[in-house]
Formats: sequence, C-alpha cells, structure tokens
Amino acid sequence: MENMYTKPLPIPGGIFGTTTREFTRPFWEATKKHELIIPRCKSHGGLFFYPRELCPVCLSSDLEWVKVSGNGRVYAFTIVYQPNDPLFVEDVPYVYAVIQLDEGVRIISNVIGIDPADVKIDMIVEAVFEDITDDWTLVKFKPK
Amino acid sequence: MRGQTAIIGYGELPTKRIYPGRTMNGLLADAAREAMIDAHIQKEDIDGLVVEGGSIYPTAVSEYMGMAPNFITGVSTMGASGATGVAVAAMAVYSGLAETVLVTLAGPRESGDPWGSAPTPGMRTEFENPYGPAIAANTGYALMYSRHMHEYGTTQEQLANIAVNQRFNALENPNAVFQGQPIEIKDVIDSRYINYPIRLLESVMPCAGAFACIVTSAERAKSFPNKPVYILGAGIASDPLTTWQRDRLTVSAVTRSAPIAFKMSGYGPKDIEFAEFYDCYTILEAVCLEDSGLVPKGEIGPFFAETDTTYKGSFPINTDGGQLSGGQPMDAGGFRHVIEATRQIMGRGGKRQVERNDLCLVNG
Repeated sequence: MENMYTKPLPIPGGIFGTTTREFTRPFWEATKKHELIIPRCKSHGGLFFYPRELCPVCLSSDLEWVKVSGNGRVYAFTIVYQPNDPLFVEDVPYVYAVIQLDEGVRIISNVIGIDPADVKIDMIVEAVFEDITDDWTLVKFKPK
Repeated sequence: MRGQTAIIGYGELPTKRIYPGRTMNGLLADAAREAMIDAHIQKEDIDGLVVEGGSIYPTAVSEYMGMAPNFITGVSTMGASGATGVAVAAMAVYSGLAETVLVTLAGPRESGDPWGSAPTPGMRTEFENPYGPAIAANTGYALMYSRHMHEYGTTQEQLANIAVNQRFNALENPNAVFQGQPIEIKDVIDSRYINYPIRLLESVMPCAGAFACIVTSAERAKSFPNKPVYILGAGIASDPLTTWQRDRLTVSAVTRSAPIAFKMSGYGPKDIEFAEFYDCYTILEAVCLEDSGLVPKGEIGPFFAETDTTYKGSFPINTDGGQLSGGQPMDAGGFRHVIEATRQIMGRGGKRQVERNDLCLVNG
C-alpha cells in the first residue's frame, strides 16, 4: 500500500516553516483513527486552523486539540484542471475547497463523491477519511 | 507627505515571455539606466535604492550596479513590491534619509515552463499540497472568485470585459507581450479553465521584464527636465498571505490602504480620473476596485458591463493593458501600474494617452 500512493504526503514545515513533525503529530494520529481534531486556544476558547505554536487571535501558548464533528459546508471552491503538481493530472477535474466546519473553523480539503459540476457553495458536507498509506490518512469531505 | 515628493523619470524593458541568459540583476540595472537617462540624472547623484527584497538582497543589487547608497532597503510585498517600493522611497525622501531614490525591480525568466509554486515546507506542504492545489497562484483567486459570484451574483461574462478592454489598450503598447492580438468576450469565455472559475484569458502570462523609477523631493524635482509626477498620498496594508486565511475572501486590504492614501491626498474616489490596478487575475482587480471605493462593493460586475474602461472610455483602467495583457514579470509585475500612471501623467501615452490625466489611483 505504501508504495502505491505517489501523490504528496503531508510534509510539516520544520523549523523555518509553520510546524514541526512533533507539533502536528496528534492531528495525523487522529486522522489515522478517522477522527478530526483542531487546535483550540484555552485562553480565549476559540478554534483555529492551520495549527500554530501560538493562538493567532490572542497569542496564547495555552493550547489543546479538540475533536470536532467533521460536519460542515463548502465555503469556497475551485475545480482544478491544471494542478500545480503533475501527479494530480490523472484526477482532473477535481474539487479543491475551503470547508467551514460547524465549529466555525475553516480547513482545506477535497469534495469527493460528487460530480464537480454539481458542487455548490454552502453545500452540507461531512468528513470522510482516506487511508492513503499505512501511515497517513487524509480527511476529505463528501455531500451529506 | 502630500505632494512633497515626485517621480522624475522612469525606465521599462519590454515585457517578453523570456529573456534568455539574462539575470535579475542585469534586467533591473537596464531599467534603472533607462530611468536615469530619462530623468537626466547621474548614478552618483542617487543616494537611495529600493529593490524587491524577497528574492534578492538589496546590497547585492547596489554592488552589482556599483552604487553606494545611503538609504537602501528591500520590500517584499510580492507583486505589490513596485508600488510599495515607490511609497517607501517617498517616505525616505520626505523623512530626510535620502535625497533621491532609485526604485528598480525585475522578473527574469528563461524557460518556457509555467511557474509552479515552490514547495517551501510549511503549512502549504502539510495541509494544502496533499489535496492538489491548482498551478501557481490560481487557487486562492479561484476561491475568491467563487465567493464573489456567490455573494454578489458576479458573472464571468461581466468580468471578461476586464480582459477584453485591457487587451484593446495593449494593442497600443509596444512593450506588451500580447501586442497585436485583439480578443473579444467570446474568446475569454471560450478559453480553457485553468481552474474553475478562472479561465486562461482571465489570468496573467508568466513573463520577464523590468521597471524602474526615480523619486526625489518636490523641490528638487523642479530642477529636472521632466514634468514631475507628484505623489499625493499612499497607503500600505496587508492581508494574510494565504487567501483562505482571510475572514472574508471577497474583501481585500485595499479597504484599509485606500482610505489612508485618499486622506493623505485630500482627494476622494470621485476625483480620480483614471486608474492603474493590480490585475494578476480579473477577480483581484475587480475586488480591489470595489475596495478602493471607486466602485460600490458588489457592483463591479455591472460596472464592467456598462463602463468603457479602455483608454478612450469614460473611466480608463490599466491603460497599458495591465498585467493581463502586458505580461507579469514575476514580482516586478505590479510595478507596471506605477510606471504607466507616471507615463500618462507626463503626457507620454502616445496613441493610448488618456484625455484627463491629472489624477490617477494606483493599486500595486
């Protein structure tokens, strides 16, 4: 299975990026268990995404991961015909979308299980988990 | 700072698909030399230098050009670096850090390959790239476009006018990469999707080129031969780098930069006679025109359907063809809007000269 998946795996940024492998490990361990967790600031109570070492609202370092429902709606989307990475050419056209989770935070993903031409903004979606390798699981969304 | 500084000369290399074998340093120095010749100033009389600072070190540029400026800095606001650079140059002159500042930027390119966005490790490689974003900067603007259509009913037919009108303007610009290739609405609508809703003719062509200009005090500007182009006001504001990190995808930082510039200048949107606006995609130009106050929010679609924005029209926009028809030399791309505004105000627009040319709003 590991050898079959050739598309890019999630690569944490490292010390000159936004996160280290250690920092976001809980997120990817959760997706492996088919759960979606999001960083929450314990200081002001809000969720934020993508993960950062500090809350982007109040700069607090007092953070926790919280499990979210995986329910949301399409906030904005594009149908990709010319991907940045040639490895995705075999999939075009596909939907790359901003999903607004019911908990209020937004996340990037694909909307699958629907003809791209039928995707609409505000469409209700739910998380589905794709085990792309033995070690990695991506969270995607399908119409609910 | 109102009217205390002025542009006294400019240089522009023709924008081409590629400049084989040419470096960023070489191209920007070429444009700088043109600007010095145009302004009738010697290199030794320039004591400030502003360059794009995200891809090159400012002191590497001064070294390359044999300059020893007092004030030197790089601005790294990507495509906005040209306009930001001119604002920073004006600030330096106004505050006394330098008397005369050269702003020069170039985008080199020698292969025919499209740009991919560099896989810099970070949030993108971890949370975006596994989902297959579209090529170059298309993704964020397509997301913005989809929201604008949803929130305001904006249509592709309406925004296609941006591409068509600017192509008309580019026909009179020998420096434009699409000179001699007119298009109609149908051509835009029939062009292929890069990624929905963005079609090929609504996005910029990756190109190479360079722009430069020289900024000095309004007082000193009078001793040079060109008509001084006074900088009446400026504002700089920023958005999250990543489009989907913005609270609202259809609202840009121009909602904050434009009021600062207008307040400084003493003028308002209704006074503006023509506009030169950043246009990597039709949708971004549309959003920025709204956010500047030139067009009410949400009404950009009807505006372009009803208004002749060519150089002959009632409200000319991007009179040199903009980046959509002129070409985008990487982060130097947005500098063309400053240079074209300067050219028009100096009355050197040639066949594309606008009639009312006293007051321009530039968005980098």
